[in-house]
Amino acid sequence: MLPFSRAEASGKRAIPGTPVFDGDAAMAGYALNAMCYSFNSADNRAAFAAGEEAYMDRFALTDQQREAVRQRDVLGMIAAGGNVYYLAKLAGILGLNVQDLGALQTGVAVDDFKAALLAHGVTERTVS
Amino acid sequence: MSEVVGGIFTSHVPGIGAAIAKGLQDDPYWQPFFDGFIPVHAFLEREKPDVAVVFYNDHGLNFFLDKMPTFAIGAASEYRHEDEGWGIGGFKPFPGHPALSWHIIEQVVGEEFDPVTCQSMLVDHAVAVPFELCWPGTDAWPVRLVPICLNTVQHPLPSPKRCLALGRAVGRALESWQGGERIVVLGTGGLSHQLDGARAGHINVEYDRFCLRNLASDPEAMLQHDTLDIVELAGSQGVEILNWLAARGALRGSVRELASNYHVPISNTAAATVLLENRARVRA
Repeated sequence: MLPFSRAEASGKRAIPGTPVFDGDAAMAGYALNAMCYSFNSADNRAAFAAGEEAYMDRFALTDQQREAVRQRDVLGMIAAGGNVYYLAKLAGILGLNVQDLGALQTGVAVDDFKAALLAHGVTERTVS
Repeated sequence: MSEVVGGIFTSHVPGIGAAIAKGLQDDPYWQPFFDGFIPVHAFLEREKPDVAVVFYNDHGLNFFLDKMPTFAIGAASEYRHEDEGWGIGGFKPFPGHPALSWHIIEQVVGEEFDPVTCQSMLVDHAVAVPFELCWPGTDAWPVRLVPICLNTVQHPLPSPKRCLALGRAVGRALESWQGGERIVVLGTGGLSHQLDGARAGHINVEYDRFCLRNLASDPEAMLQHDTLDIVELAGSQGVEILNWLAARGALRGSVRELASNYHVPISNTAAATVLLENRARVRA
């Protein structure tokens, strides 16, 4: 994923705060996403938990991707080409749900992130 | 002759599956969403469809970035939902309908669409959760499945116009099928939500209302936004509305909204369920 300034410089449309997972991101993030895709298997999840560095070696993660994984830096993983649908499988191993991921990325407490969602408080129903 | 009885459009948040497993349907957090299925259950009991054609997106169970089809149509005799990385899975197997799948493939390729065809295909929560919502507590699914997967993961995504056109081509294929099946169409995902980036948690009630207002009567209104417009409006995962648009396209008769339920939030998502009836047009 290009930082947004570079996205603009390259003529791509930039949407603030919003990664657009395109070909450039998919190429940059391939190793990280491939590792996360492997976590569909319980055996692979256990292997990662038993030795993160060795498991990252197996998938040849870039230095930027390894550091983001080590730091549990979700925005860093996305900047390194991670796609959230695959990263969600890693998040599961780390015991993080999508509210936890949201809080980590927006820099607020999980309870505050949940409260902001609840603040919408909309229910609209029609039955003919 | 087959009959397309209607369409069911619903969010497919994985947490809904977990809530079903824990029996939380009457929990105050979940009930406003689950109650949206009361009219859907009455409709399905009345119409008793035999086949569900489901437009959805895969989240990294069957497809990875090594081979990412824009459109993929299942043609298997059975589909399974397996572990997506959270140890959840193993819903009942989904019986397929290969003959109808191949008829759809023949027809849409004849209309110059170029889908990937899959004789072996796993389906993820985007199929399994809507099935559990529509047919809860059954020992075996009462419908056979034709899954149609749209790429909403890796840009460039198919345009809204193309998704609606695909749905219409599938609808024509269903109408030309000579079997006697009663067919329900599902579109899953959405509405507005964003899991990633500094704007994670984004929800856009105004855009969702626009979609809900136009889905039955004027789906072409939703073509005024391109895919990146939708990402900006609905969030990077809210773009799953493309699945709804394709499913809407498959309803080509006289379409009427029977029920609509919109509730924010479920997990990080503005959740919605819409039931549309599809009746044959009156011919001159």
